[in-house]
Amino acid sequence: MSTDITDAVELTGSSVAPYSPENPAPVIEPPRARTKRTPRSSRTNFEMYGWLFMRLSGVVLVVLVIGHLLIQLVLDGGVQKVGFAFVAGRWASPFWQYWDLAMLWLAMLHGGNGLRTVINDYAEQANTRVWLKTLLFTAVAFTIVLGSLVIFTFDPNIR
Amino acid sequence: MSTPNSPTLDKHSSALDAAEAAASHLITVTLRVRRFNPEVSDQAEWVDYQLPIDPKERVLDALHKIKWEIDGTLTFRRSCAHGVCGSDAVRINGRNRLACKTLIKDINPEKPITVEPIKGLTVLKDLVVDMDPFFQAYRDVMPFLITKGNEPTRERLQSAEDRERFDDTTKCILCAACTSSCPVFWNDGQYFGPAAIVNAHRFIFDSRDEGGEQRLEILNDKDGVWRCRTTFNCTDACPRGIEVTKAIQEVKRALITRRF
Repeated sequence: MSTDITDAVELTGSSVAPYSPENPAPVIEPPRARTKRTPRSSRTNFEMYGWLFMRLSGVVLVVLVIGHLLIQLVLDGGVQKVGFAFVAGRWASPFWQYWDLAMLWLAMLHGGNGLRTVINDYAEQANTRVWLKTLLFTAVAFTIVLGSLVIFTFDPNIR
Repeated sequence: MSTPNSPTLDKHSSALDAAEAAASHLITVTLRVRRFNPEVSDQAEWVDYQLPIDPKERVLDALHKIKWEIDGTLTFRRSCAHGVCGSDAVRINGRNRLACKTLIKDINPEKPITVEPIKGLTVLKDLVVDMDPFFQAYRDVMPFLITKGNEPTRERLQSAEDRERFDDTTKCILCAACTSSCPVFWNDGQYFGPAAIVNAHRFIFDSRDEGGEQRLEILNDKDGVWRCRTTFNCTDACPRGIEVTKAIQEVKRALITRRF
């Protein structure tokens, strides 16, 4: 049988693998099919809370972000007024400090969770998923920590 | 010259007219079929077939015509051929439909009609896909009546309103048109998929069933209802007109109201 196959290759003179009923080509498989052994996840409500968080934080972010854009770019002379003094003036009030803090946390977690679902939906291999998510979580954690630090340790008398 | 009013000739010419009329409403369509045969090649390829067909016939009739008269190696599934068994879901002109419920005249026969296997499942040959992962997800939601206690001595009664609650999701024929139209399923077949959730919905909202809590817990899984992105591909694809996305949303709502 094997000699027949080698003969066929020599006759056709091409590098195409000689597929036959005895030696069929691999079938075209989709990534990550469900099997009987598909791992059942631990019984937690994480995905449900994640889904709810996206809806609720989205509504709050609409108010926070549109308010932020209005104050920074439209009202009181527009973007020209924004400078060190303007930021220092706003952050003198705890209200604006907490407004910006809420915006930072919600936007980062909302965007981070959105990207997590994108990775889950589109990354095919388990390794790719792990690495992309590690990168994502690191970036989110770094931005949140750095942003919070800046908001609360901001000193207008810096030289 | 024969007499123009001869009865035999009249009869003959009217029969001829009828035959001509019958032939004249046949149109020539091009069916572009995605073919794959692992015994010949590891690549799938598009093959064009031209055939005369009555535009009021269905895509399945065209596939039959190809298989029976042009190329007997063409492989596809069909059983009842009347939209009930759910065997012949294929992707026609890029949309998931049942070949037996799609009329040629409804899908612009002037352009080539593309016919492909449904996406997201392993292609075994031509239009035949491996349905095992699809039915595995169906089994995983336990699509059967679950009750506690002793069996009643008579049938389990149900009011018309209670029956109406899940009427839409009883129509499912498990053709996989919805699941294989879902972009999340294309890339991650571990997602339960719309069809399994529809069949869980059918029991979760059945007043006679007592396994709703178990099924909701299963669909609360990381590959469960929360992976739905509400793209409505499933609702568009369903040949039975089930509001699939609505059913998925109702399961999500049941999960949330159960917790709060």
